[in-house]
Amino acid sequence: MTGGRKLLGHVALLLPPFGWLTVFYLGSLFILLLSAFWQVDSMSGEMIHEWTLDNFRVLVTDETYRIIAERTIGIAALVTVTDIILAWPLAYVIARKVGPRMKLFLLVLVALPLWSSMLARIYAWRLILGHDGVLNWFLRSAGLPEQSFAFTNVALWIVFTYLWLPFMLMPLISAIERIPASLLDAAGDMGATPFQTFRTVIFPLAIPGMAAGSVFTFAVTLGEYVTPMLVGGAGSEFIGNVVYSNVGVSGNIPFAAAFSMILLVVIGAYMLVARRFGAFDGA
Amino acid sequence: MELTKTMTVSSSQTGPAVFLTGLTKSYGHGKPVLKGIDLEIRRSEFFTLLGPSGSGKTTTLRLIGGFELPDAGEVFLNGKKVTPLPPYRRDVNTMFQDYALFPHMSLQDNVAYGMKIRGVSAAERHERAQQALAMVHLEAVGDRRPAQLSGGQRQRVALARALVNEPSLILLDEPLGALDLKLRREMQVELKRIQKQTGITFVYVTHDQEEALSMSDRIAVFSEGVIEQVGTPQALYEHPASAFVARFIGSSNIFPDGDGDILLRPEDVRLEAEGYVPAAEEQVFPGFIQEVSYLGPVTRCVVGGPETEHTLTVVVPSRGVRGIGEGMAVSAVWSSSSVYPLPR
Repeated sequence: MTGGRKLLGHVALLLPPFGWLTVFYLGSLFILLLSAFWQVDSMSGEMIHEWTLDNFRVLVTDETYRIIAERTIGIAALVTVTDIILAWPLAYVIARKVGPRMKLFLLVLVALPLWSSMLARIYAWRLILGHDGVLNWFLRSAGLPEQSFAFTNVALWIVFTYLWLPFMLMPLISAIERIPASLLDAAGDMGATPFQTFRTVIFPLAIPGMAAGSVFTFAVTLGEYVTPMLVGGAGSEFIGNVVYSNVGVSGNIPFAAAFSMILLVVIGAYMLVARRFGAFDGA
Repeated sequence: MELTKTMTVSSSQTGPAVFLTGLTKSYGHGKPVLKGIDLEIRRSEFFTLLGPSGSGKTTTLRLIGGFELPDAGEVFLNGKKVTPLPPYRRDVNTMFQDYALFPHMSLQDNVAYGMKIRGVSAAERHERAQQALAMVHLEAVGDRRPAQLSGGQRQRVALARALVNEPSLILLDEPLGALDLKLRREMQVELKRIQKQTGITFVYVTHDQEEALSMSDRIAVFSEGVIEQVGTPQALYEHPASAFVARFIGSSNIFPDGDGDILLRPEDVRLEAEGYVPAAEEQVFPGFIQEVSYLGPVTRCVVGGPETEHTLTVVVPSRGVRGIGEGMAVSAVWSSSSVYPLPR
């Protein structure tokens, strides 16, 4: 009796969030999946509710879309690797080398940019990288050749790396912090030099932290379209930009849905890999 | 048993296993942890650093291992000065308090870690790691991860890992602290057996005086950053150099007597009926039983006198005091020869 009432209570508690998720989240995903197999009449712009694989055929055969998909995944991967390399020294120092007050101060510095609007920060990079931007002023006054990163994939790489660095730093710091100091003592005790200790103990034990960070640097970069729009050039379109223009400009929702599905599959597969590496184990 | 032969410490080295002179250490701006430690630990000795927490015993161990550097003083291992050397350049292995097993490696790989670092071939690594695991009866589960083991098993792996590199010296930092009493007793016997078998010098840190007495060849008693006394368990118990040592090792009755203190061990006192007339060379303390604790083979009684605030703890065979109760008038009796005047 009480057991039944308890169960009823649990159901009542879970129903609103569960219902909300089912209707709005899974429901819209389901419609996305359906519409990917529909088409739009190119003359009237009407949706034709007939099953077809045409959208996917275009995506696979048309080289433009293959290049865009490769660029999206390639830059996301490059950003992830760059952020891992940049995050390590700082994360290691914050996690192991400074006192509690210095640690708090550095953590605040890491988090500080996140309190300002992302758009403002992206625009700031336009000012830095532009042909008459801050970076070129410095290069010019130092007598160095000027750069022309603005509106290229390089600019995209730099800005993404900057945007997601804090999200790689935080989980990496907590992963390094969680390694008991006695393990490092033990490695040294058995003859490992500090570098060997890093390679055989610290790095492998921090893999879950890097996997958690890469959920942002890789998976979130994959779905981005604002940054490519603002700092990328004509040849810097992401999958997200194609989806955006098909939804907004050309009104071809089925095609946008089909490209989104591909993105979802890649992100889903990536999440499974990240989970294998412990990205979601006790944050 | 193959392992035993190969692991006998080579005799080419000279000097004592450990020689410490004038070691001091303090952390930050706080109080000094070590105030000048001089100590000599002999080859193949089971040597214990005993003391309450904060007395400096673990810091001394960490200085021997090279995990920390002293503010002043020198550390010699086998006659060689190693004071500034990092742990990886000392012929020492440590068994850590929390075992410090690598969670991402199998037991095999944990034990073989040091050999891998030194570039020993995979076949030899495997063989020697198996031998070391066999020594602690874990050869059948070498491919498991540390998380799949019980506390006692992890502790054995940590021991195997320290043994396999054939160091001349093994440091053990309260390695049995996390085990339950029964397992603790078993491991004490096991550790002692392995130490004897291999002839490796063991330096053992503990705050448990019973453990120290039962395992050690010699013991150094630490208090507030200095060594109070170094000696065999028997010497420390029977001839303590200070009231601190007497209190810390075994239970004791300490009374002021003239200029100094005298020590009377509770087991040297017996209980007689009220009004007992002492024989020659006997002393008597008439009083009342204040507390009775039955401990199995023995019973501990606290006797309080009528005219003094001093109490006397007495430990007697339980057989002899059946029917004793609180409030009973008794005579506590001891032989004058069992009174030990404590050095001042």
